[in-house]
Amino acid sequence: MTRTEIEEKVKNFLIEEIEIDEEKIVPDAKLREDLGIDSLDFVDIVVIVEKNFGFKIRQEEMIGVDTLKKFCDYIETKVN
Amino acid sequence: MRRVVITGMGIWSCLGTDVEQVKESLKGGVSGIGIEEIRLEYGFQSSLTGIVEKPVLKGMIDRHLRRGLSEEAEYAFMASSQALEMAGIDDGYLNSHEVGCIFGNDSSAKPVIEAERIMQEKHDTELLGQSFIFQAMNSTVTMNLSTIFHLKGINFTVSAACASGSHSIGLGYMFIRNGLQDMVLCGGAQETNLYSMATFDAIGAFSKRMDNPAAASRPFDRDRDGLVPSGGAAALVLEDYDHAVARGATILAEVVGYGFSSNGTAVISQPSDEGCERAMRMALRDADLGVGDIDYINAHATSTRQGDMYEAIALDRMFRGEHALISSTKGMTGHECWMAGASEIVYSLIMMRDNFVAPNVNLENRDEYSAPLNLAEKTVETRVDTVLSNSFGFGGTNSALIIKKIQ
Repeated sequence: MTRTEIEEKVKNFLIEEIEIDEEKIVPDAKLREDLGIDSLDFVDIVVIVEKNFGFKIRQEEMIGVDTLKKFCDYIETKVN
Repeated sequence: MRRVVITGMGIWSCLGTDVEQVKESLKGGVSGIGIEEIRLEYGFQSSLTGIVEKPVLKGMIDRHLRRGLSEEAEYAFMASSQALEMAGIDDGYLNSHEVGCIFGNDSSAKPVIEAERIMQEKHDTELLGQSFIFQAMNSTVTMNLSTIFHLKGINFTVSAACASGSHSIGLGYMFIRNGLQDMVLCGGAQETNLYSMATFDAIGAFSKRMDNPAAASRPFDRDRDGLVPSGGAAALVLEDYDHAVARGATILAEVVGYGFSSNGTAVISQPSDEGCERAMRMALRDADLGVGDIDYINAHATSTRQGDMYEAIALDRMFRGEHALISSTKGMTGHECWMAGASEIVYSLIMMRDNFVAPNVNLENRDEYSAPLNLAEKTVETRVDTVLSNSFGFGGTNSALIIKKIQ
């Protein structure tokens, strides 16, 4: 899966399922502070990522993943 | 003891999704019953159900507040929004006062079953997501409403089968009367999805008159063949009388009596004339009223032979020769189950406001028990000042409420 495809899929689920405003979705956006993703949203994101990318997010691997760019980096390493 | 009044009402049912729509249906004797074909494929004996519109909440409230809402909690949100608006209660008031929330609800089957299906496939709770827990508990309605509206008072759910909604109002009334709360949002909610009703269908309780849905629910009629499941939500703002007057609220009616009982019989599904009579007499005593003071009785009668018979026996024993008109609105609505006790207070308030008694539709041939009752077979234009509303449930739980117009 290309980086562009990953970013497009992430953007789509953030807009459609987490209902985040499109203009907020930029690479440097902080997941918690800028996008407002809380711990319960994250429980849903685990399910959404599993459906879209075919792997399960592990909490311990998410340490330090605090921006959208880092989140896409993480998905990229897992899917490729 | 303080006086308790109703200052707001809201309704989301198969008769309409606001008070004015529902009034038109009630007055016109219009049925809200239809067919959901998939029920037969799923394995039901009957595809009859109340047809309740699904609210669209996206864009109305934030996802963070929406994600825990079960089907019935969505209905309850819509009904509660209407009730609070009618009562003149806004966010500012809710944020600065201690408003309680008591709703009747006795199941939330769909999220339980959907979560179980995922577990069967994935065997991993981390793949369930976060919504199911807040949707699957019986208290889904009160936990969600109290969060959405920032309620700071009493907060719990009443599970008492088909008397749940009625008991919620009785309890809200007691909290206010005893000075523990000034205002309580009360009501009842009922899911309509097929998962929620399969176990009820299992006992053969539902009408199979699928060729004529509008004629399927026939309370007190000789030729009834069972009830029709239905749902939605009803909400009421209960308030201390002095509190309502002080803030200039419009008072719809006063709650003057609450009576309850348990049948204590050996069969879990068997109603009892003696049990429902005790609840009605207790409500009358509480209200300091006699049988002759009641203008209208909204009967529980669900269109089952046993249930209708026992209620008819009790009503005849108590009200024979009295002027009270009787009807069961379930001929139009079907059985709104956990919600019914609250919705039927809303229906009664509408009749009280607009001076009519809604008809007991589909009553073509009475049986020996309903024959002596003063049943309203057609809509009756009449002044309605005092209403008795009955609700009975499995396990013998009975609730009777009396509301009265404030002169």
